[in-house]
Amino acid sequence: MILIGERINGMFSDVKQAIEQKSKQVIQELAKRQTQAGARYLDVNVGTAAADQEGTMQWLVETIQETCSTPLSLDSQKPAVVAAGLKAVDSGRGVILNSSPLNKKSDDQVLDKYLEMAEQAGPKAMVITLTMDKNGVPQDVDTRVAIAAEIVQKAMEKGFDPQRLIIDPILLPVKVPNAQVQVGNVLAAMDQIRYLSDPAPHITLGLSNISQGATERSLVNRVFLAMAVSHGLDSAIVDVLDEKLMNVLATAEMLMNKQLYSDSFLKVYTAPNKDDWR
Amino acid sequence: MPVPGITDSFVGVVNRLTLGATKESGAAHSSTVTVGGARNVVYGGSTDDAGEKPVIAMDVLDSRPDDWPDALHEPYKDVLDSPGDWARKCIEEFGADLICVKFDGIHPDKADKDAGHAVKATGEVLKAVGVPLVLWGCGNDEKDNQVMPKVSEAAKGQKCLIGTVKENNYKALTAIALADGHNLITEAPLDINISKQVNILVSDMGFPLERIVTFQATGALGYGMEYSYSILERQRLAALGGDKMMAMPVICDVGYEAWRAKEAKLADVPGWGDVKDRGPMWEAVTAICLLQAGADIIRMRHPRAVAIVKNFISQIWR
Repeated sequence: MILIGERINGMFSDVKQAIEQKSKQVIQELAKRQTQAGARYLDVNVGTAAADQEGTMQWLVETIQETCSTPLSLDSQKPAVVAAGLKAVDSGRGVILNSSPLNKKSDDQVLDKYLEMAEQAGPKAMVITLTMDKNGVPQDVDTRVAIAAEIVQKAMEKGFDPQRLIIDPILLPVKVPNAQVQVGNVLAAMDQIRYLSDPAPHITLGLSNISQGATERSLVNRVFLAMAVSHGLDSAIVDVLDEKLMNVLATAEMLMNKQLYSDSFLKVYTAPNKDDWR
Repeated sequence: MPVPGITDSFVGVVNRLTLGATKESGAAHSSTVTVGGARNVVYGGSTDDAGEKPVIAMDVLDSRPDDWPDALHEPYKDVLDSPGDWARKCIEEFGADLICVKFDGIHPDKADKDAGHAVKATGEVLKAVGVPLVLWGCGNDEKDNQVMPKVSEAAKGQKCLIGTVKENNYKALTAIALADGHNLITEAPLDINISKQVNILVSDMGFPLERIVTFQATGALGYGMEYSYSILERQRLAALGGDKMMAMPVICDVGYEAWRAKEAKLADVPGWGDVKDRGPMWEAVTAICLLQAGADIIRMRHPRAVAIVKNFISQIWR
């Protein structure tokens, strides 16, 4: 499981405040702690913390890279914000462009832009693509899979290696009215997405989204993570600082025979690093 | 029709480990031997992925063996009472890469000899040959814990490979091997999960993972070799998959196990052929099979078997 640390996000109040006050220390500390906890990428999301999203993205990237060499996941659905991050990022370490839908009403070519930016950022640049299109987030399994298939096809047509795509079948908050069925739909879609190419495309999810607004957030997150591991999830945007979550991950990967059992399996769990995308 | 290139690439690599210290670094040895380094399964990938050639450690016993069959006795009959001469013969005449001093004589059920005897045998072999040594206890935990620390001390700084440590008996020898600068053999009873656990326990004591060689109890042809084979295969795949706790080179004890088989030593059995050929062939076939599963160091006994296996290695690992 390739772990992408979620904490550097302007939606969190400590990060928002750090952005407002240009306090590097808070950001750098989060980068360090997440790396130590097993994050192989650090997600960087300006969120709603600043009006100048491009400038803030650049500042965050520069701030993190001053003290931390963990590769970054530049998280914005606006190509210009990702491009601003790319200007500052050391893409030689690897980088994720996170994320693009297949297309949007306002921009039919949005995926093309992300793929082109990734090509320019070098061979280690990956792209997270969402199984959504101009009609929004699909409510069923088949549409998710159909969009994923179109994404893979588009990448292949453009000569972009499908192994550099990470497909995100979009996890919705379970508490949203009538959304409970979506949890099962995501798992069913993952089962089919795995067969879209050989080797299978990578699959990721923004895990914490599932428990947005719910009680028992950590419990909901970790139970779903175990379920998703059994359906082939090979990366996730998660709170790596949640120790219970990490223990569940170690156990689920061991049970799926991805890690060899030993009596000390929890202690020695080591998430693969970024070079293990294959 | 061209054969399609099927290449599987992996993220992990088997640790490279150099045994022995050179005279330049102040040790008695004149040569070192490096094992490991494979980035693929045996026969898989390019020749660059194959890592170091596997090596043969020939057994030298600390005391004259009283249960060896004639075919095994014959090549060593003039040296069985002198570990130093025995070791020299293995190197100079039979082409061994390493010498494995096996301390059978200290076993309470055998000659029950003391640490002084074991230290003397170690000294004789160290003096006689320039290759790195493997120092292997008798298998009785209590006696090994008494004697092997002394043996370790006697070879301090020689960067030997010493063992074995097990899940329920690892602390004494691990500590002394660390102090004396040796490399360590971790043993598990044909059980890959326990093998990983022993590596973790040893590494918790501060022993570097890069200085460990793993030993899974070896099965000979007809006596569980397939279990050894599949475990070695699984260990190699775990190493290639990036499991640092399983990325160690592997040693097999083929000599002892092959010569326990009745097929290797029973004379005058109708239809089985000449026992003089059968024993060495049993040993050679077992060794060659396990080499293909990913063994890095093979302990062997009969010079004819050694010659066959050396020939095989030189053809496969170019």
